[in-house]
Amino acid sequence: MSHAERPLTAMIDPVTGPPDCAAYERAGGWQATRTALRTLAPAEVVDIVTRSRLRGRGGAGFGTGQKWSFVPREPASERCKYLIANADEMEPGTFKDRWLMEGNPLQLVEGMLLAAYAIQAGHGIIFLRGEYHLARTRLHDAIAQARHGGWLGQDILGSGFSFDIHVHVSAGRYICGEETALLTALEGRRATPRSKPPFPQTGGLWGAPSVVNNVETLSNLPHIIANGPEWFAGLGIGPDGGTKIYGVSGRVRRPGAWELPIGTPLREIIEEHAGGMQPGYGLRALLPGGASTAFVDDTALDMAMDYASVEKAGSRLGTGMAIILDDRTCPVGMLRNLEHFFAQESCGWCTPCRDGLPWVERLLDAIEAGTGMAEDIDQLDRHARMLGTPGHTFCAHAPGAMAPLASGLKLFARDFADHIAGRGCPLRHAA
Amino acid sequence: MSIAEQPLSGDLRAEIRALAQAEPHPRGASVAALRLVQAHMGWISTPHLNEVADVLGMSAADLDGIATYFNLLFRRPVGRHVIMLCDSVSCWIMGRERLCAHLCHTLDIQPGQTTADDAITFLPIVCLGHCDHAPAMLVDDTLYGDVDTPTLDHLIDTLREPPP
Repeated sequence: MSHAERPLTAMIDPVTGPPDCAAYERAGGWQATRTALRTLAPAEVVDIVTRSRLRGRGGAGFGTGQKWSFVPREPASERCKYLIANADEMEPGTFKDRWLMEGNPLQLVEGMLLAAYAIQAGHGIIFLRGEYHLARTRLHDAIAQARHGGWLGQDILGSGFSFDIHVHVSAGRYICGEETALLTALEGRRATPRSKPPFPQTGGLWGAPSVVNNVETLSNLPHIIANGPEWFAGLGIGPDGGTKIYGVSGRVRRPGAWELPIGTPLREIIEEHAGGMQPGYGLRALLPGGASTAFVDDTALDMAMDYASVEKAGSRLGTGMAIILDDRTCPVGMLRNLEHFFAQESCGWCTPCRDGLPWVERLLDAIEAGTGMAEDIDQLDRHARMLGTPGHTFCAHAPGAMAPLASGLKLFARDFADHIAGRGCPLRHAA
Repeated sequence: MSIAEQPLSGDLRAEIRALAQAEPHPRGASVAALRLVQAHMGWISTPHLNEVADVLGMSAADLDGIATYFNLLFRRPVGRHVIMLCDSVSCWIMGRERLCAHLCHTLDIQPGQTTADDAITFLPIVCLGHCDHAPAMLVDDTLYGDVDTPTLDHLIDTLREPPP
């Protein structure tokens, strides 16, 4: 694959570390900023990004240009607005944003500058998870360099547009990645999600218009502006535009992350890039895009990893980072691990999620430990339907938690039955 | 009087005031201020929480609601070092349970506890974004991947060396 076809990661070199401001500029950085601030109106930037068919890379997949289009149009000088990078990467199995922030933090800075110009936001915030220590150091360094180079601050390139970035270092809790919970956290409150409307674009942080975009989404923007929307749209295979960072973890030969055309077939990602399964292990099933996506089995391997195709297979593209369940790992044990995570990370605001998820975890505990009963399967099934239906809970946390459970109950029905009949985990006994 | 009971230094209070002034509303600095106290003191004692609340113009109960919400803010003392072993799905598949048992056995504590010599606190943590090198763990500010029992044993020996 040629250099130009992996724009997001072309400048990432684990040996030399992230490019400094000069190296970033030599490799083509800041060119998009010059183009945008000198020759494009903010509305034109929104239009270009809409035409590029860039969709949010954080999991929900909302059109980026469309998301921006709801922001009131006043210039940044006339109205306080916020552009926020969601760097709270906490979806289990996901390690792409850390790679981008550690590898090329200036790309994120420039992406934020372009997004902020498009929506005319004067204030940028990177909402960074507290565990990402190296990313924090490198982002602080990149921001300092960008300020020194005149790429952040007052009247950038003499355009009259002013913008600066502050890094908010968070202190844990998965729910902070939900955009309205993230805003609540920034306001110094317990991070419970908010009801919509008002949408963040009109009433976000401190009531001001705000856009929350994922790190990978924002990192694409310099390349879209520099090379044009048609170029970007053409990078994808199928309906979506651009490249995507895909990853694989579990018992494969070469776990890792790769920048590939969006829409690359799942089989190619697992077999070619991840090198297939480790010797002695077979592929049983997988979560295609993080912990909150539904299981698919090997019959789905030929699907294209784009938003529509994964949905058609009954799951979601999510973060595009697949977690492999091998044939020597207990599916019930894996579900128990997943539901422990979701139960622990429920913010506790709404009753069905706060009380339902721990109940699910306890039922799975019992089944795994050998004290499960046949009725427990019905109870799990009822929870999967009740908590899995959007609107029954305040936010998407519980539906996300139920995606692997609902699919797992179907795919692994035999394993559940064996656990109950055999009074415990057959794999654990064998181990 | 232990450090947890001594008032915050004037410098630290000034830093917290500056954080508050940089926000549209002082409470926006809650997490940053609590992190700052923890960075200096190791944890957030009730007298220190009360002081921060006072600087931010919040009630102590309000601020404690935030402090107890976030798992990286410690409202109880921790050891000189904190080991956080990932307990999420990819690390679980790659054998983190065995490492957890090994740590509990070697340190003679359960997750959530601190060793008798105050050297090490052992906590579970959610996915650290290092799944291609599972099992992963965070020791203070350093991320480790492909963790195995020899790595753990060596690390524990280093962490147990008494402070200078």
